[in-house]
Amino acid sequence: MKRRTLFAAATAVATLALTVPAFAQETLKIGAVGPKTGPLAGGAAVSFWPNVQLWAHDVNEAGGITVGGTSYMVEIIEYDDQTNPGETIKAVQRLATQDEADFILAPYSTGLNIAAAPIFQRYGYPMVTHTAISDQIEDLSNKFPNMYFLLGGATGLAGGVVDVLTDMREAGEIGNRVAMVNVADAFGIELASVGKPQLEEAGFEIVYETSYPLGTQDLSPVINGAKDSNPDAFVAWSYPPDTFGLTEQAQIAGLAPKAFYTAVATAFPAYAGRFGAAAEGVLGAGGVYADGDQFKEYAARHEAVTGAKPDFWASAPTYATFEILHQAIEGAGSTDKEAVAEYIANNSFETVIGPVDWDENNSNAKYWTVGQWQGGVFKGVASTGRDGAVAAMPKSGWE
Amino acid sequence: MDILFTGLLLGGTYALIAMGLNLQYGMARIMNLANGEFLVAGGFGAFWFFTAGQVSPLLTIFIVAPVAFAINWLIYVVFLRPLVKRAKSRGQLEVDAILTTFGLAFFLVGLTLAFFGGDYFSYSYLARPVTFIGETYALNRVVAFFAAVVICGGLWLWLTRTRAGMSIRAIAVAPDSARLVGIDVPRLSALAFALGGAVTAVGGALISTFLTLDASTGVLFTLKALIIVIMGGVGDVRGTVIAALMLGILETFVATLIDPGLTLAAAYLLFVAILLFRPQGLFGRRQA
Amino acid sequence: MMTTTEYRNLAIGAALFILAACLPFVGGAYLLTIGVTIAMYTVLATSWALFSGPTHYISLATAAFFGLGTYTTGLGFEHLDYWLLVPLAAILGAALAAIVGVATLRLSGVYFVIFTLGLAELIRQLVTWGQNVSGQKGLYVLTDLTEVHIYWQLLVLAALVYLTGWLIGRSRLGFALRIIGDDEEVARHSGINTARAKVLLFMVSGAAAAATGAILAPRYIYIEPALAFTPMLSFQVVIMALLGGTGRLWGPVVGVIPFTFLWEAISASFPNQTTLLLGLCFLAIVFILPKGFVGLLTTIRTRMNAREAFS
Repeated sequence: MKRRTLFAAATAVATLALTVPAFAQETLKIGAVGPKTGPLAGGAAVSFWPNVQLWAHDVNEAGGITVGGTSYMVEIIEYDDQTNPGETIKAVQRLATQDEADFILAPYSTGLNIAAAPIFQRYGYPMVTHTAISDQIEDLSNKFPNMYFLLGGATGLAGGVVDVLTDMREAGEIGNRVAMVNVADAFGIELASVGKPQLEEAGFEIVYETSYPLGTQDLSPVINGAKDSNPDAFVAWSYPPDTFGLTEQAQIAGLAPKAFYTAVATAFPAYAGRFGAAAEGVLGAGGVYADGDQFKEYAARHEAVTGAKPDFWASAPTYATFEILHQAIEGAGSTDKEAVAEYIANNSFETVIGPVDWDENNSNAKYWTVGQWQGGVFKGVASTGRDGAVAAMPKSGWE
Repeated sequence: MDILFTGLLLGGTYALIAMGLNLQYGMARIMNLANGEFLVAGGFGAFWFFTAGQVSPLLTIFIVAPVAFAINWLIYVVFLRPLVKRAKSRGQLEVDAILTTFGLAFFLVGLTLAFFGGDYFSYSYLARPVTFIGETYALNRVVAFFAAVVICGGLWLWLTRTRAGMSIRAIAVAPDSARLVGIDVPRLSALAFALGGAVTAVGGALISTFLTLDASTGVLFTLKALIIVIMGGVGDVRGTVIAALMLGILETFVATLIDPGLTLAAAYLLFVAILLFRPQGLFGRRQA
Repeated sequence: MMTTTEYRNLAIGAALFILAACLPFVGGAYLLTIGVTIAMYTVLATSWALFSGPTHYISLATAAFFGLGTYTTGLGFEHLDYWLLVPLAAILGAALAAIVGVATLRLSGVYFVIFTLGLAELIRQLVTWGQNVSGQKGLYVLTDLTEVHIYWQLLVLAALVYLTGWLIGRSRLGFALRIIGDDEEVARHSGINTARAKVLLFMVSGAAAAATGAILAPRYIYIEPALAFTPMLSFQVVIMALLGGTGRLWGPVVGVIPFTFLWEAISASFPNQTTLLLGLCFLAIVFILPKGFVGLLTTIRTRMNAREAFS
């Protein structure tokens, strides 16, 4: 038996009957593929799956997607790809041909998105990615014209950090000495290799530089090495388990520079949950316009529907990609994939992260790059053109 | 000095990871690929009790241990004993054990996922510095290290000083002869397996105070445990402890003085090198 | 000398391959995707069983060779002609296997199993470190190859693996291997160079796995160590081959095909319990089919023969 998550709650149907009685009822089948198991399952459980649930809930609650007098409820078909590109390919193929899904949400993470891109392309599905971060966006969008990028590229993410550090230096809060470490895995390597020249160009002196393998169980040598170099800023291009590990170790070793940056997962609610007040002032990848009403409403809904808080980086953009799909279907006035893809290409969208439009490489050029924990909220402090950034504060120790 | 102590602490962690598997593989002759899942389960227990009731993980282990012991006993009796009976040779048993426990590992990951979701579970416990000869160390790692000392020491005493322990070691050496001298092989094998599971789960509970786990991370610990057990020599507590400490010190040494990027590579290199020179592991007996 | 049965088997094999090669014309894209999965695991499991079947050495190094192949394509495809890369990967795989094979001759039983696992991890760590030091960003293999091309390449590779296995079975090497499998001491005393035989076979399986990785790289497009060297691959190959049966050349494929469909059915029907149910299936298979699918087929055939005899 197929377990299809039909979020058409009885109440929703009832309200619908009152508000739009004249509309016919149809269903749109929407595919969702992502890791429920495997190495990336932890991240997907925070940023991806709850948003799929929330979006389906929101759409159906509001009476579905309206296309030319017909309102379509959405029905989500979920598959677990086990963080294995072979399985992602199989699942997307299955959605396209067996389930005959009307639309497919983009998969989770850079590698899995790119592996699935040829199938999205072949069947003409628009692919608005939420968690693909690449510096090859130009090549990819040439090859896969239906592919869109919302979360930005490594150059921008690293550039944001350099900007924040430069500002802090100009304000006299930090000096020139930067300790930079990275996890030796695709994304960490990419960020380190674009981050280093940018830091040097901005006149920073890299006093400690190293990498560590994914799955390192004791990060104290890394932190001790960084501490011995007496840095003004600590920058770690890190992944979820080591973001936690580095932070804890820095507290223990007393590595407390005025600027402390860890990359992925710093924006997770679990980060503040674990470190509490000590998280105050930690910089991390991502950020949102946390004081904006759009985000506040979204966060409240997210918690009410899924029982978990959204993270302060990828969650909202993930939801935004689903909103874009929704708006494009209504805007195109058709459930035809080609028409919707064309509408996405030629329009801008108003989403939970603010307005989104595309540059010549189908990429959202305005994205958040750096955030900081301030008063228990992870606020965006640098972006490539988003509104609502707050000033970065120097970190004052771990207490 | 600093390197030595940090390395020892890491080695203690590794001993916690590997000791349970050593009992299960060395004594009960089951290569348990689901070992890491029990470690994660133990860690999850500690996390749950800590976040729900602020119960210290050091107390939780007294709940985790008997529960894990009971579950592992059941697993042995229901799934593994029929395989032991059926197997005509040690090789056949190894193959069947790999298949079964691999399935079991999948099953357990699925179970954890279904009940608790795939999110990271991470909390802060005893994340305080302690100073020792001018250097600082993490208190939770120090605590885990001493727990490892107690557990390994206790196991060593039990195996060498008690009747049950010595019978279990006899099974490890020669199961067929053990039967002839009146040792209840099936019961003691189950005991060794269950005890191994309990030790692993306790290790998981302690490790979760400083490592971030999620439902799918079990396999990483299984791999590490396999490497350590084999390096030390199957069925020898001393071997596992020494292999764990060697790995800990080597990794810290390489990370501090050479390049942290090469820590794991160095660890595997050590493993490979040891097996090349001592094909039966550090303390292993030559196989017939 | 070829016997009539051998001619017949060869003909049946060839016919089956031609049939399989027609899949893209008759089946849809979905079947083709499953076909690629089956072809991939057939090559990996069969070549694995070529070595492990007769020697009873369980190797968990498949991921190392596979990853090596993926990286050969990932690093080389901008500099070399694509068609050179697959043979190059095979050569590299064979070379690596030769080194490993020579190094591990003294190991037996579980020590060999875990050694290969440790070795695969070692190689993955070195590749990762190398990628970091060279500042190499993520590797992208953007080609115009489609799934059909990949499928046919894998099929050709499978044919080569089968042909190699068949030739080995008929050769002195195969004879030597059967004796080694029965009793290594006897083999050594009868003047068989057991070391050479084992290393040669390990090279065949290493080359095949590396070639598979090289062929599949354009399918994954984005190459990173965590995905290319995943230890799960090694385990899955072992499981599939053992489920099929390693005693015969056609054993693994008999495991791979039903297993792929089972996996597919579970993934498709129970997205939230995929792992849990797969685990249960493993357990069920071990207990219900202790001799693998080959054992099941043999039993059925014996029964049918018996029935014919009575009627």
